[in-house]
Amino acid sequence: MNKVTDILKSMDYGPAPEDSSHVTTWLKEHDHRIGHFIAGKFTYRKGTKSFACVNPATGEKLADIALGNKRDVDAAGDAAAKAFKSWSKLSGTVRARHLYALARHVQKNARLLAVLESIDNGKPIRESRDIDIPLVARHFYHHAGWAELLETEFSGQAPVGVCGQIIPWNFPLLMLAWKVAPALAAGCTVVLKPAEYTPLTAMAFAEICNEAGLPPGVFNIVNGDGTTGELIVNDDRFEKIAFTGSTEVGRIIRKSTAGSRKKLSLELGGKSPFIVFDEADIDAAVEGVVDAIWFNQGEVCCAGSRAIVQEGIAENFHDRLKARMEKLRLGDPLDKAIDIGAVVDPVQIANIEERVREGIASGASLWQPSWAKSIKSGPGCFYPPTLFTGVEPASRLAQEEVFGPVIATMTFRTPGEAIELANNSRYGLAASIWSQSLDIAFDAAKNIKAGIVWINSTNLFDAAAGFGGYRESGFGREGGREGMMEYLVPDWQRKARSLPASSAVIEPLPKGEKAAASSGAGNDRLDRTMKHYIGGKQARPDSGYSFPVVDKKGRVITQAGLGNRKDIRNGVEAARVATSWTAMTGHARAQVLYYLAENFDARKDDFVDTLVTVSGTKSDVAKREVETSIARIIHYAAWADKYDGAARAPMANMLSLALNEPWEVMAISCPDEAPLLALISLVLPAIAMGNRVVATPSPANPLPTGDFYQLLDTSDVPGGTVNLITGDRDELAKTLAQHDDVACHWYFGPRAGSELVERESAGNLKATWVNNGKARDWLDPHQGQGPEFLFHAVQVKTIWTPYGV
Amino acid sequence: MTAKPEVRNLSTSQQIGAGQLVAVQQPVKRNQGMQLTSELFEKVEVNLSATQRRASTLLTRRTVKKQWQAAWLIKAIQTIDLTTLAGDDTPARVHRLCAKARNPLRHDLVEALGLQPGTLTTGAVCVYPTMVRTACEALAGTTIPVASVATGFPAGLTPMAQRLAEIQYAVEEGAGEIDIVITRSHVLTGNWTALYEEVRQMREACGEAHMKAILATGDIKTLTNVYKASMVAMMAGADFIKTSTGMEGVNATLPVSLVMLRAIRDYEHATGFKVGFKPAGGLRKAKDALSWLILMKEELPREWLEPDLFRIGASSLLGDIERQLEHHVTGRYSAANRHGLA
Repeated sequence: MNKVTDILKSMDYGPAPEDSSHVTTWLKEHDHRIGHFIAGKFTYRKGTKSFACVNPATGEKLADIALGNKRDVDAAGDAAAKAFKSWSKLSGTVRARHLYALARHVQKNARLLAVLESIDNGKPIRESRDIDIPLVARHFYHHAGWAELLETEFSGQAPVGVCGQIIPWNFPLLMLAWKVAPALAAGCTVVLKPAEYTPLTAMAFAEICNEAGLPPGVFNIVNGDGTTGELIVNDDRFEKIAFTGSTEVGRIIRKSTAGSRKKLSLELGGKSPFIVFDEADIDAAVEGVVDAIWFNQGEVCCAGSRAIVQEGIAENFHDRLKARMEKLRLGDPLDKAIDIGAVVDPVQIANIEERVREGIASGASLWQPSWAKSIKSGPGCFYPPTLFTGVEPASRLAQEEVFGPVIATMTFRTPGEAIELANNSRYGLAASIWSQSLDIAFDAAKNIKAGIVWINSTNLFDAAAGFGGYRESGFGREGGREGMMEYLVPDWQRKARSLPASSAVIEPLPKGEKAAASSGAGNDRLDRTMKHYIGGKQARPDSGYSFPVVDKKGRVITQAGLGNRKDIRNGVEAARVATSWTAMTGHARAQVLYYLAENFDARKDDFVDTLVTVSGTKSDVAKREVETSIARIIHYAAWADKYDGAARAPMANMLSLALNEPWEVMAISCPDEAPLLALISLVLPAIAMGNRVVATPSPANPLPTGDFYQLLDTSDVPGGTVNLITGDRDELAKTLAQHDDVACHWYFGPRAGSELVERESAGNLKATWVNNGKARDWLDPHQGQGPEFLFHAVQVKTIWTPYGV
Repeated sequence: MTAKPEVRNLSTSQQIGAGQLVAVQQPVKRNQGMQLTSELFEKVEVNLSATQRRASTLLTRRTVKKQWQAAWLIKAIQTIDLTTLAGDDTPARVHRLCAKARNPLRHDLVEALGLQPGTLTTGAVCVYPTMVRTACEALAGTTIPVASVATGFPAGLTPMAQRLAEIQYAVEEGAGEIDIVITRSHVLTGNWTALYEEVRQMREACGEAHMKAILATGDIKTLTNVYKASMVAMMAGADFIKTSTGMEGVNATLPVSLVMLRAIRDYEHATGFKVGFKPAGGLRKAKDALSWLILMKEELPREWLEPDLFRIGASSLLGDIERQLEHHVTGRYSAANRHGLA
């Protein structure tokens, strides 16, 4: 049947298998057993518990994998901690040489790694060979560069410490590279837990580390399942946890690391929109779908799984898409001429099948290519490319990740509706926009809430371009300058002193006998009213209670409104609708902030007076706090039109923008120290970047609040931009941290509050920046202002724009 | 070791009945053209980077090995318009070319590949009009058509009357296929009516001879121009659309070809007529031939892999294919001197 003359008739492709004999030898040499890699040594202890690693294309068992227990995590953590002492002290140049060596060794072993990856994961050899492995090398090269430049480009920053990293099974070695390369470049050491389905390439990489002369303990592997991951997450040796995986597990990790002082970055799920406007190159968009949802069998966190197509072209688009789907080839991942390989595990096939059944039940129409029927069940895990049309936004298919080769499509009428549909999601990882109109494409790119936006392209990656999500797709970026920040901390923070464990108890009860002589009626001063400031208006507390504000001697000076959940709700609602502030240009915001500084300056004596009265601060110290506050406003007015991002050139004919975008609605819990200056130091960078803020001033010393909101009122700051709610810091922080319409929460207060905020933020996985109970010298310009504040005030959106005629 | 899963895509084999000698034997119904209908192309804008990405990954997504590669290379031979278009062409040179077209592959290789001796020929021979008669004589007794360039090839800037007369001359001399060139300025200025009228007249002048419209894509540059010019040429009745003269700075490229194939598909969708495609210029290696065959197979139905609807304009390509086929037969890398000169 396979004679030349027969083939001349059929013009079929025929098999094109990649040779896997070297991998077979590799597995044999390992006795089909993979243990851990700790302190440069490969361990597989006798009698250790293990699990099987299976080739998903054949069902064939590849190896037994050791199941890491506490003893293993301890050993790896100790090795990494020991190595950190010397690794973190190496010069950037020396670390750069190590990373360069890793990059070179990955390239030299490229085919072995590619074949191993395809056998272990089921992805087509084309993808592991042309995409995964070259990107792995690229990441080590890029980060060799950051190691070299660390001292100058990240001055004042220190490596965060020993990192625990947990990676998924969809891009095993690439996710390793995304995590390990920046960590090592920053001077951190690593304990990595590969996914249980796909542990093989990590072990091959460990051998490469030894071959390349990486010092023992700098990179360690503990294999295992979720229980092993849990051990890592909860181990105190680690000062940073980096996780890529499901939103569900991300949420658990967020909760369990709360209050641990660990830095955390999460790269989670998505339901990324793929928008096709009517003036798009439709064939280009159809091919885009292939790269969006049939890349890696759709097992891609940023897969364009939600096609949103303009109604007038939808039929044409679907027809062309179906014709294209007929031409896709599915089969042996090691065949060089297939498009879709094996799904990672039967469990995943079952998930996909269930979701597809649900989709049909929900009324959406399913379409699969004619050849789909010929896919036999088991032992290989194969699932055909699947198109659902007529999917309603309310259906589960439109809202939740399938993590398989299934695309859901819906239609829209206007560009505005396309954006609305695109943003109608809890996630915000990526978006793909297809339009030949610059105006339409950039309008969508700017308005879609996603960390990565590809215009007329999809699923492009590069080490220089940050990757990470908005909303419940996680926080933190991998790649680029912003990615390095995830592995660094300001130098001074290592020596920061701790704050008192708790702050004053607030009791909304009259304290008659303690009234200060200067307060209240009957004095020469009129009683002062302290309300909340919400939506540009002073508002009485919903509770109807006030709490006494006392001076340093414990005398009651006045009362402040006792804020409760409803006040927070109102504050967040006011901030949500105050979009005009965010829409203003940086220049316009700068003018308002300069004006604020000007008005502040005119009233500085009042502020000094308040500080002297309330805190009992010496007048020269009070003066300094006030002067610094004014300087700080000017500082952020200066930044308002400058911290806007960067241009990147990740590939030829590609303009890539790293835009610093505001979170929009932010919560800020202010500390008791330097009550005025801290409030200014926190609120100003946030609003300078275009955020709208709900802030809770120091409960011990809320008095400057009143003066501050009067200033906001008189300085053209639009109502709702800054909302101030006084009351118990942690009670209000809890509501803010739980609020699903708040995108980021900064907390400065006692350590228990940091834990509270981190734990409660897990609901919508808002980004948090907390002080972990550490004090900050707000007067010190290194600690009290600058890039650290700006960095936390924005999220980076990377827009990829290919061009050319 | 469990058996490897087979690669599943039945879309092609489903279209092909078992036992057929050649998959597509029915003669292709000739394109009758249609009114110039600008709605069918005016709004189209082709995205360059996406087209390039598709073209570049096409060849990393597909490959043919072993006997499949041998068969595909034989198919490539069957689709070659073996060409000589040089100022120093003489009757003897054209004779030699025609002899090669009749016997493109050494007889022992033909046998080793299991082919019927004497059945394998190139798709056509392509020459200048004054060489048509010589070529026809040299190809007497075969079914190999003679193609002639015409219409002031390669620039096409001679007066229209002369260009039409040149077509008539070549047809009278015996050419079964005419490769015309279009006036590039009509494309560059967006004068689609003028382009349509010109090509329509040329098609009329061709009569029964099949017309291949050379778009000179290296001159008209943008992919959007390529798409629109393709559509207009087909509407005006072109039987084939062809990329290049071979004389432009850049000749056939995969992205340009991809756009032209998509235009062919769209035109068939609109009219039901199947129009052929001919890449020309720059295809010198066996690998190039495979690349274009893969492109055809991926973008269009099976019948576009036959010489009725696919030709490769080339002169040196055949030599490389011969070497690759000898390597397939003997397992040894071959040398040019072991194969007859074209």
